Amino acid sequence: MGRVALIKIKPRRYKKGDIVRVDSVIMHPMYNGLIKDKKTGKPIPPHYITDVEVYYGDKLVTKIDVNASVSANPYFSFYLKVDKEAPLKMVWKDNKGEVTEKTVKIKPH
Amino acid sequence: MNRRKFLKTVAISGAVVAASPMLTNTFKAEAKGEGLNKRSFEEALKDVLKGKKPVESEKVKLIAPSIAENGAVVPVKVEVAEPIENVKAIHIFAEKNPDPWTVTAHLTPQNGKAYFATRIRLAKTMNVYAIAELADGSAIMAKKAVKVTIGGCG
Repeated sequence: MGRVALIKIKPRRYKKGDIVRVDSVIMHPMYNGLIKDKKTGKPIPPHYITDVEVYYGDKLVTKIDVNASVSANPYFSFYLKVDKEAPLKMVWKDNKGEVTEKTVKIKPH
Repeated sequence: MNRRKFLKTVAISGAVVAASPMLTNTFKAEAKGEGLNKRSFEEALKDVLKGKKPVESEKVKLIAPSIAENGAVVPVKVEVAEPIENVKAIHIFAEKNPDPWTVTAHLTPQNGKAYFATRIRLAKTMNVYAIAELADGSAIMAKKAVKVTIGGCG
């Protein structure tokens, strides 16, 4: 649960039935195994996010399969149809088994 | 060596032998997520789309810079002009990366709009492909040439 993650809903005010944009960022180095450590000259072992799951209420809305060629601190953006008041949960999993979760409330006005 | 000691060693070595296939199994599982799966663009396309041939279409809109100064961070936006019910997944490929497959977003009707944006790494100047998998089993795509000044693969 240790990593810093952000989820933003745009626009900030929305009504029931609106389609809003969800922007997400997680702090992660995304080492792909090709980058070398500048001090030791040894390659840094791969460490990157492999799966992202998005739940709206308890329904799986979007699943993102990620490869090591996504930039560091991965940013993902997608749309969501707001039709109920429910939490939006994102789960990031990496190849070392680290799991980060972040939940925001979806509250249509 | 007395009998008790002998039995103990036998029991321990037996346990080690029994445990070793389990060990190799976990190593394999770990290795699956480790490192880049180096393959050509055609191979990656075949693996991900399971043999489907994508057709170039104006319905897929791929927004990426034509000149990217830093290959480590290239913003890519994909919009598909199809009802969301018809779009199952959006794939992004970078033709000349060590592993061309970059990211796949599996969408559902709850998304409301067939859109996906992210930031990717590009090793050098190349074509970026956005491929949308449709519900009827076909695949449509768009491509864009991106010129990279500094590669982003380390």
